[in-house]
Amino acid sequence: MVRVDGNGKTDSLIQVRGLDKTYRRGGEEIHVLQGLNLDVEKGDFVAFMGPSGSGKTTLLNLLGGLDVPSRGSITVAGDEITHMSGNKLTHWRARHVGFIFQMYNLIPVLTAFQNIELPLLLTKLSKSERRQHVETALSIVGLADRAHHYPRQLSGGQEQRVAIARALIADPTFLLCDEPTGDLDRKSADEILNLLTRLSTEFSKTILMVTHDPMAAERAQATLHLNKGVLVEGAHAGGPA
Amino acid sequence: MKFFPLILANLFRKKLRTTLTVGSFAVALFLFGLLAAIRASFNQGVNIAGADRLVVINKVSIIQPLPIADRDHILRIPGVKNITFDIWFGGVYQDPKNFFPQFAIDTANQRIVFPELHVPDDQWKAFLGDREGAIVGASTAKRFGWKIGDRIPLQAPIYGGTWEFNIDGIYTGTPQASDLTQFWLHYDYLDERRQFGKGMIGWYTVKMDSPDDATRVAAAIDSMFANSPYETKTETEKAMAGSFVKQFGNIEFLILAIGGVVFFTLLLVTGNTMAIAVRERLGELAVFKAIGFSDRFVSLFVLGESLLISLLGGIIGLALCKLAMPGIGDALRGMLPFIALPVSTLAVGLGVAIAVGLLAGILPATSAMRLRVVDALRRV
Ligand SMILES: Nc1ncnc2c1ncn2[C@@H]1O[C@H](COP(=O)(O)OP(=O)(O)OP(=O)(O)O)[C@@H](O)[C@H]1O
Ligand SMILES: [Mg+2]
Repeated sequence: MVRVDGNGKTDSLIQVRGLDKTYRRGGEEIHVLQGLNLDVEKGDFVAFMGPSGSGKTTLLNLLGGLDVPSRGSITVAGDEITHMSGNKLTHWRARHVGFIFQMYNLIPVLTAFQNIELPLLLTKLSKSERRQHVETALSIVGLADRAHHYPRQLSGGQEQRVAIARALIADPTFLLCDEPTGDLDRKSADEILNLLTRLSTEFSKTILMVTHDPMAAERAQATLHLNKGVLVEGAHAGGPA
Repeated sequence: MKFFPLILANLFRKKLRTTLTVGSFAVALFLFGLLAAIRASFNQGVNIAGADRLVVINKVSIIQPLPIADRDHILRIPGVKNITFDIWFGGVYQDPKNFFPQFAIDTANQRIVFPELHVPDDQWKAFLGDREGAIVGASTAKRFGWKIGDRIPLQAPIYGGTWEFNIDGIYTGTPQASDLTQFWLHYDYLDERRQFGKGMIGWYTVKMDSPDDATRVAAAIDSMFANSPYETKTETEKAMAGSFVKQFGNIEFLILAIGGVVFFTLLLVTGNTMAIAVRERLGELAVFKAIGFSDRFVSLFVLGESLLISLLGGIIGLALCKLAMPGIGDALRGMLPFIALPVSTLAVGLGVAIAVGLLAGILPATSAMRLRVVDALRRV
């Protein structure tokens, strides 16, 4: 059950307390996040909405350990990441976070197979074990027959499915999606959303997704709105309350 | 190495650019190999020179002659074991391009003073009994396809007319250590037939009892002829070969200067290419970091690419140079008798290529290392 009042259970998967993020541009300070609280439990599928510039990407970057907050704490599965050093944080990301971006961000010179394999190169898995994992991931996202295609030989929707497979492959603790359907037509977007929904229901993946698309937000169990630097609960759509 | 395909894949990203960069490495290393071979061939002459031999030349220049009468005076100096002399014949075989050195030799002492140039006894005997006889080095014989018994005409611009010689023998030696391009004729025959300069020789080669005596013996010889019409300058064979090289200007400096400029240019070209390659790939490098690749890995990734390009180009350039060596040797035959590309040069060349690759990669690798994921992803 997702909460934004800072009173979640102490054992919830993700705990955010009093999160501030301030950017300095010139002499001016921009307070993007101000005392934000959030509790996400294992298996939750949460959508974040909010106007452009409200700080959605900033929040995801902080949750994913790509950036450090100005104040406050983020604890994931008992580890407080806000105090980790750069190197430790990098290792932590490899273990716990799967990123899915709006622009897919595949490596153009690598095939779908090689792109998906990337996170596994950081593990001790053997070549044949890696191959098995990648083939499984490819079939989950429905691209078993596209393994040796390069990104430019794939449609946008297919690219994003490769990106999802890449995010999934190392079995991370949670997935962070920043407008995963923002660059896709309705049909491809729905395919991606179906896939994310399946990952949530069938595989109990914890998913945090930023979106501008109300139809996308509807797929999540909870939609939170970023407003003046904090999260507020919005309409629930589908799924258990 | 499971990461190697990642580095390799980047080489195929911009094929033309990769080809050009690898190509500049290949060209530079080819040039490096060529210069090094030329340098080595000059120094070879210096290195093989006998340590127990002195060369006595006219103080004015090696072109000026010395009287043959000096020989007996020199022989009387303590520490001198033996002496022989040569004079430049300067003949032309068919075409001036077919250059090879011809010396009229002192047959009595030639083999004693230059034991490393080996002539079979029967051939030497035939030569001694043949006024118009000649002994030729193995590599010149091979070059023109001469065999024993051939009659060779040489135009003599210095002495006039066409002189014909019989090849009576072929001398050999270790090709790396001996000049096998010379052509020897009888001094007696030359002196008898020439119209001027009778009784004059080109230079003496003195064999000493011990190489340690070189300074003293050289000084004794030069002081003996001081204030005479034919003052001498005596040096060890090694110093002589060195000053012969100096006649071509400071070859060493020239080669270092050219090499330095080439490699500095290469460094700038490659550094610039790598900087561009990294700049247009910031988003991708950020994705690597987001996935969990460390800063250090990403910088090594960039460095590895630079290194791969330099190694590839270096190997191509040096291999081509090695392959071209026989052809270059033929083209320069006679002028640089020892031209070859030693293994040590190949190793140094590869080392230099690697160093340039690393240096060129350092700045881009550092900026890749410092890259912040959030900034890079915002820019995409
Ligand atoms: N590195 C930075 N330096 C200065 N200001 C920044 C920086 N990054 C983000 N901002 C500012 O922080 C605010 C929030 O940005 P953010 O990208 O998180 O918004 P967003 O909700 O994701 O917007 P969008 O819907 O357009 O993606 C914006 O005003 C942005 O200009
Ligand atoms: Mg955003």
